[in-house]
Amino acid sequence: MSLFQEAALVAGKDLRIEARAKVIGQQIVPFGLIVLLLFAFALDPDRGVLQRVAPGLFWITVLLALLLGVSRSFAVEAENGARDALRMSGLDGSSIFLGKASALAVELLVFEALLTVGVVVLFDVRLASLPPLVVGTVFATVGLAATGTLYGVLAAGIRARETLVPVLLLPVVAPVLLGATRSWESSIDGVPGDAWPWVALLGIFAVLFVGIGMLAFGPLLEES
Amino acid sequence: MSAPGTDMVSDADPRSGERLMAPVARRIVGVLALVTLAALVIVGLWVAPPDEFQGDAQRLMYIHVPAAWLAYLAFGVTAVSSALYLWPRTRSLVWDRVAGASAELGVVFTALCLLLGSLWGRPVWGVWWAWDARLVTTAVLFFLYLGYLALRRVPATLDVRAKRCAIAALIAFIDVPIVHFSVTWWRTLHQEATVFNPELDAEIHGTMALALWIGVLAFTLLYVYLLDLRYRLEVLDEDRDERELEAAIADRVQGGPPRETVGASS
Repeated sequence: MSLFQEAALVAGKDLRIEARAKVIGQQIVPFGLIVLLLFAFALDPDRGVLQRVAPGLFWITVLLALLLGVSRSFAVEAENGARDALRMSGLDGSSIFLGKASALAVELLVFEALLTVGVVVLFDVRLASLPPLVVGTVFATVGLAATGTLYGVLAAGIRARETLVPVLLLPVVAPVLLGATRSWESSIDGVPGDAWPWVALLGIFAVLFVGIGMLAFGPLLEES
Repeated sequence: MSAPGTDMVSDADPRSGERLMAPVARRIVGVLALVTLAALVIVGLWVAPPDEFQGDAQRLMYIHVPAAWLAYLAFGVTAVSSALYLWPRTRSLVWDRVAGASAELGVVFTALCLLLGSLWGRPVWGVWWAWDARLVTTAVLFFLYLGYLALRRVPATLDVRAKRCAIAALIAFIDVPIVHFSVTWWRTLHQEATVFNPELDAEIHGTMALALWIGVLAFTLLYVYLLDLRYRLEVLDEDRDERELEAAIADRVQGGPPRETVGASS
């Protein structure tokens, strides 16, 4: 089997589990919408503050969902000795990484799509120029999913992983938050020219961390 | 503990590399660090003139700048040692210990650097904190390696911990330039004119420059001294854990009552 076939196999498994568990639909998406509601409580919705800071709030919410997603992605491996099964499956570390990261990316994209509807409806945000926004979101999501999966396996099997992953992961993805928020702002303001450099940065981040993940995942899985 | 090789540690032992430097060498470095630090106090507080615009607050720079330099040096050493650990030919717990010890020092000196910068910023800039690119990058750097130290404290066998931490250290190191780049970009795009120019005094007085250089030298010596000390502590720590384990096993084999083992639990 080729790298991508193996990755598709792992991704398919993760997505199938998620589809059957329905955790995203029943818990993570409602969680995101609650956070949007809380932002409105914290920041006066009448004075246009929400509209101005909507991109930042959107991506903060995505980061929170990422932490939940990473935690779930490795919780399913913790039960029934699934991690040992994965290790003994003969699959290459890189392909397991690609599979798990793409499953996480797909889950995040679904979450982001629904959250975008929430932001547009609740915060009255108008998405002026879509192309940089969509491309930027995809790059940012791939970067987040790759780093999340990397730190997920790093912390897998550690008892304090629920608290350790945020401390390790959030500073690393700080540039993604910056880039994604800026590219959203420019897209909403209707100046896509300002957004593309940030989209490029997000792309570089994504490629870099997919590469690091493919190299490091195998050794880390062995040790977890 | 006696010299390497004479105690229960042989050359083939994975725990070889009991010391980074001979005790005498460490003592000499320590004394030199003390002497240069004393010189820094004298030159920094009395010999160098007060700054024309910033007054005496500027004297904080004589420790702020060396602290910043040391933070970068320490994290650089952590990254190189982590890479050396991961490289199969140079794999040795020596590099893991150096990486850990250096990261601890780096975090302490980054915190010192941020704290001193903040104390200096209040009278000179009028604020404790500014969203200057360099400040933000340093803050992110601090948290990146704080996370690394948290990971180091997770109990695991030495090899597992070493590999895990080495990879985490390298990821953090690769992330730093991206953070710096994005933050700089962000601030230059969104800040019209930068009022807070960290290089207010591009031309500095001769004795001021001298004080800075003494500071850098003193802090570097201090770093070498503390690094060796921390390395040694790590070796003793590992040794203690192992002895406790051996003692516990010996007790069990003799049929004695089970003994409470400290460390390596949880």
